[in-house]
Amino acid sequence: MNGAAAVYAESKAAAGSGRNRAFEKFLRNRSAVAGAILVLLFVGLAVLAPLIAPFDPSKTNFVALRQPPSLTYWFGTDEIGRDILSRVMHGGVASLYAGVVSVLIAVLIGVPIGLVAGWYGGWTDAAISRATDALLAVPFLILAIALAAALGPSLVNAMIAIGLSQVPIFVRLARGQTLVVKSEDFVEGAHAVGVADAMILARHVAPNILPPILVQATLTVATAIIAEASLAFLGLGQQPPAPSWGSMLNTAKNYLEQAPWMSLSPGAAIFLVVLGFNLLGDGLRDALDPRESG
Amino acid sequence: MARRIAVALPTLLLVMLFVFVLQRLLPGDPLLVMAGEERDPAVLEELRKFYRMDDPIPVQFLAWLRAVLGGNFGVSMRTGEPVIKLVAQTLPVTIQLAVASILIALAIGIPMGVLSAVRKGTALDYLANVISLSGLSIPNFWLGIMLILLVSVELRWLPASGYVSVFEDPWQALRTTIMPAFVLGSGLAATLMRHTRSAMLEVLRLDYIRTAYAKGLLRGTVIYKHALRNALVPIVTLSALLFGQLLAGAVLTEQVFTIPGFGKLIVDAVFNRDYGVVQGVVLCTAIAFILMNLVADVLYILINPRLRTA
Repeated sequence: MNGAAAVYAESKAAAGSGRNRAFEKFLRNRSAVAGAILVLLFVGLAVLAPLIAPFDPSKTNFVALRQPPSLTYWFGTDEIGRDILSRVMHGGVASLYAGVVSVLIAVLIGVPIGLVAGWYGGWTDAAISRATDALLAVPFLILAIALAAALGPSLVNAMIAIGLSQVPIFVRLARGQTLVVKSEDFVEGAHAVGVADAMILARHVAPNILPPILVQATLTVATAIIAEASLAFLGLGQQPPAPSWGSMLNTAKNYLEQAPWMSLSPGAAIFLVVLGFNLLGDGLRDALDPRESG
Repeated sequence: MARRIAVALPTLLLVMLFVFVLQRLLPGDPLLVMAGEERDPAVLEELRKFYRMDDPIPVQFLAWLRAVLGGNFGVSMRTGEPVIKLVAQTLPVTIQLAVASILIALAIGIPMGVLSAVRKGTALDYLANVISLSGLSIPNFWLGIMLILLVSVELRWLPASGYVSVFEDPWQALRTTIMPAFVLGSGLAATLMRHTRSAMLEVLRLDYIRTAYAKGLLRGTVIYKHALRNALVPIVTLSALLFGQLLAGAVLTEQVFTIPGFGKLIVDAVFNRDYGVVQGVVLCTAIAFILMNLVADVLYILINPRLRTA
């Protein structure tokens, strides 16, 4: 076997054991595990909401308007007598869905563009980088508001708006990582033994830039959930009567004097699930990045 | 420096193209909204001519580009007021809020970052990290609602909304600004704390710090005079990022506290379907952001002695 091919084969074998070590390191990190548990808890609550929620989230009850928390209504009821606990549980679906789908949109569009920019360099890179700078010049939420306004208010449009606004983050990250991986021996080796560009990008570059992208994606889900809640709070996300944490807070802020409990649980839910994703992302970074050890 | 400006110009042009395309994506015919209930065909025709809606799109873009370069950012489709005037009216409101938030963020974020770096691995470091991660995770509009609930509704200490200029009545200005400024500043403080901490950890490892200790200097002198001063250098490059975070946060904070600022301008414009204003505001933001980046670059060179002669 010649030099290039040997390096290429060796690096393929080394990938497996590194993954186990990262997993062990992750499990030893208490705050990362706490983050994972928080996220799983909210995913579980949202998925099981139709089965375990005590009430129908959109059923109004005019004899139980603005009831404070009690044994029947744990988190109280809202201005038209709907059970807040049930609405928070069902509202989780919109938030988690928006968080994950918008980041998927951003990754699926951003990463291939970043790969191409980093791999080919030159004019392609210059053009892509300028376009990325231009998008990054508008603050993320303002861009998302402008896009959501252009597309019309709905949950799906909010996800598209948030996803598109986050594309430049992943273009930039994937481009930078590709530049690093490009000069590694095993990539040059693959090049030397005559593997086609597209094959190298898909088989060798993409998997190696995956860890930082996974970390960024997890942290971006946290940002996206806040963004979705913000858009819904402004009236640009999930439309009533479908429950969402942001729109519940939008209504609740009008009843601070009469029904303060209305604004407690939806906000606490956003805070906890976002905290979960942030802890998880930080933990993944510590586990996957060799420089961060110690 | 010239190279930085040369890069900023095409970026700006792309932003303008992008804002223009965004405008074309907007649903419905904004002219119908503007023409009012009667939708008088004569009025519609006049508006159409005014916005050059009948010209090919590239011609519209060039005409708009020329207007913007001449300082005309368009007019409100509702009131006919120039966007630049609306921005000039609301900007001081947001600047007052922003300055107060930055002061709060600096006062919390930097000492917390320094402390947790110096006491790395202790309970204090752990606590500081928990606080900053919470600061990053809490949606600021909810924090605002919770503060209003506690401070305004329960304790009745501060007004829940409104705006008073610091130049008119400093005491009332403080009373109306402090709560929203804390809400907006807490997220910034969390970001600042995390960056100060890692920058301090980098610097504290260096030889010149060990030398300073070896000379017998006091711990406080070494930390604040030697280490922090150098650790703050990379933090300046953050200012553009923080500026973006600040503006976006202002949109929600102003909405919660009913403050008639820049953020409220864009939200109201979105709901009134006043696209002229949305377009102008997004453009102003982007220009400000690009300028901020340039300023940050210049500052970075000025305060970093190693780059000064270059």
